[in-house]
Amino acid sequence: MAVMTYREALNVALREEMTRDPRVFVIGEEVGLYEGAYKVTQGLLKDFGPKRVVDTPIAESGFTGVGIGAAMTGLRPVVEMMTFNFALLALDQIVNSAAKLLYMSGGQFNVPIVIRGPGGPAHQLAAQHSQSMEVYFYHVPGLKVVRPSTPADAKGLLKAAIRDDNPVIFIESETLYNVKGEVPDDADFVIPLGQAIVRREGTDVTVIAYMGMMYRAMEAAEELAKEGISVEIVDPRTLRPMDTDTIIGSVRKTHRAVVVEAGAGFAGMGSEIAAFVTEHAFDDLDAPVERVTGASAPMPYAKNLEKAKTPTKDKIMDAVRRVCYTNGG
Amino acid sequence: MAVTKVQMPKLSEAMESGKIIKWLKKEGDPIQSGDILAEVETDKADVEMEAFGNGILRKILVAAGEKAAVGTLIGVIADANDDIAGVVGQATPAPPPAAAAPAASSEESRRPAAVPPHPRREDHAERSPSPSRGPEAPARPVAPAPMAGRPQPAPAPVVGAGGDGGGRVKASPLARKIAAQSGVDLKLVQGSGPGGRIVRRDVEAVGSAPAATPSAAAPQRAAPQPGVEFEDVALTSMRAAIAKRMPLSKAPVPHFYVTSEIAMDAAWELREQLNGLEGQSKISVNDLVVRACALALLQHPGINASFQGESIRVFHRVHMGIAVALEEGLITPVLRDAHAKSLAQIAGESRDLAERARQRKLRTQELSGATFSISNLGMFDVADFSAIINPPEGAILAVGSVRKVPVVTESGLGVGRRMAVTLSCDHRVMDGAMGARFLQDVKRLLEEPLRLLV
Repeated sequence: MAVMTYREALNVALREEMTRDPRVFVIGEEVGLYEGAYKVTQGLLKDFGPKRVVDTPIAESGFTGVGIGAAMTGLRPVVEMMTFNFALLALDQIVNSAAKLLYMSGGQFNVPIVIRGPGGPAHQLAAQHSQSMEVYFYHVPGLKVVRPSTPADAKGLLKAAIRDDNPVIFIESETLYNVKGEVPDDADFVIPLGQAIVRREGTDVTVIAYMGMMYRAMEAAEELAKEGISVEIVDPRTLRPMDTDTIIGSVRKTHRAVVVEAGAGFAGMGSEIAAFVTEHAFDDLDAPVERVTGASAPMPYAKNLEKAKTPTKDKIMDAVRRVCYTNGG
Repeated sequence: MAVTKVQMPKLSEAMESGKIIKWLKKEGDPIQSGDILAEVETDKADVEMEAFGNGILRKILVAAGEKAAVGTLIGVIADANDDIAGVVGQATPAPPPAAAAPAASSEESRRPAAVPPHPRREDHAERSPSPSRGPEAPARPVAPAPMAGRPQPAPAPVVGAGGDGGGRVKASPLARKIAAQSGVDLKLVQGSGPGGRIVRRDVEAVGSAPAATPSAAAPQRAAPQPGVEFEDVALTSMRAAIAKRMPLSKAPVPHFYVTSEIAMDAAWELREQLNGLEGQSKISVNDLVVRACALALLQHPGINASFQGESIRVFHRVHMGIAVALEEGLITPVLRDAHAKSLAQIAGESRDLAERARQRKLRTQELSGATFSISNLGMFDVADFSAIINPPEGAILAVGSVRKVPVVTESGLGVGRRMAVTLSCDHRVMDGAMGARFLQDVKRLLEEPLRLLV
């Protein structure tokens, strides 16, 4: 185990996979000479050369298409989006080509591509650069969607994504790049896609949260423990395929669920989780599933308004108290 | 405008019938939804009954002082020109008041009551089993008890003529499942969730609310008349509930008892010191016992447990039932999360609960959900006694008075303060050694009472 940042863990994962498999290469804006807008690809150009670390023009649709074509012909591209908001420009490539080619070619072409980069709200990045982009992708059959919350998960899941034979959307976070944690050194340390993890054990309520919201839920759980409410926190890690078994198992134990997501709530991850929890654990629920989500509005630039839009620790605590029926006696 | 039937609401989980103490509106008064129509005496508390419809109070069918079964039509709200003959005509005569089960006089001394037993001359009279009860009250949604200062959405008014036999009970899926497994009739459960939703804790509390119930007046005792051998005194609703509930505990729950004597000298001194502090609210011996038990229960979760048929439910939180003596029986309000409260909090909340118990102002949810109970007869100079477990709780502690007794000290004979406590245990949940170890810890906490402060 080594202690490293989330950013370093991603870098290590890329290095290890590029070393292990010569078909793996990195492509995107500023990934080479500039070593990545967020320095995730630091040192890769020097160590692996320009054939495997490819700088591109500012043209997301173009370089994503290049990546998909390379994947179809047997390479393992890792495409970097400078931020995932820019992936909107490549949406047709991702949704209509990457996700569907295996199906439309009758199984002749699979697309083992990883499209990665930071997404979700950070600090004062305003309306166009704060979006929780996962919602645009996990709806699409044929895509896998990963949101790793810790350095160890960042490494283990990115390696799994690169080794996966399907297109994987891998969304990191600006706010987590500097988070430190223990990361296994093993070059074959891989966390299988589709496995949730219980971050904190509890008995009264299950809170499902990932990325920054997971950390906020942990803070809420600490406070709630003082009130005698024992919170279990489940981090799905992979949003599609979703590990419904772990979530449902936890809800069956606690009988209550609160889903926290940074993005706007309508048809969000909370809606999906609430739906399958209700389908599979209906008789175990003692309260409706609560959602704590971002407000249904573009992200404001102003700090106070940004906070108002975002799920806070207090909002999470209120929702937990509601499902535990402890609000105001 | 719709005709709104006013029915005897179900205001507590054990309520089968209620008595109209007085009507606050009279026939012909205009009524707005939410107006207080009448005061109703239930088996637990006097509760204000709200109107769930607009119009004019056209008809009062059950007069003040009379009893009616839950669901019985007791009045009609309608517009001045609405025809209410059909609705009134359908009003069935109120079923006979919920009949009291025969009192189990032999259990008198074991009751977790803080009330000295009355002489019971009437017990010599053969009392026939309860008369057959009237038809079951029609099923209807459980109306939430109106609670002071906490607006609740009113249930939909029952509209129109004709029976409303298939009323839907609002309950969480889990509450339904537990009710089905344990054979609890949800129609008899008072919901504490939003809008009166029945949630898990409500179902689990059924049966745990002690027999308890004030009624307006203490039983009238006529002066003895020469030549009269006995008299039959009507059961108050509280006495009836106790009589019905306690055999349900004593018979099926295999009780055993563990007694211990606790040296209270240090606790007594600590209490005097605390009570001597300026601005400090008064701490009672019972507050010390509550705190000691709450802390000990955290260490002995096996005592803070309930028999569930196929399993034993071990509670992680301590909700302490504290028996309060009333003129005509007892009531056991619940001090929630006692394990997480300081002595001062326990003292303040206990006093508030006890006072409101005496004024019959407790909310129904303050009367259910205990995980353990304490019954203290110390104020009656009782040396020791044992109490009946309050199902589904697994144990109850009976506390005697703190007495000055001769004690053997190292130098000879001295005077010490001693208090006897007896733990009644459900043998299905725990064994003697478990109970003894728990008492050991209670004893240690009280004998080294600084532990209660940390």
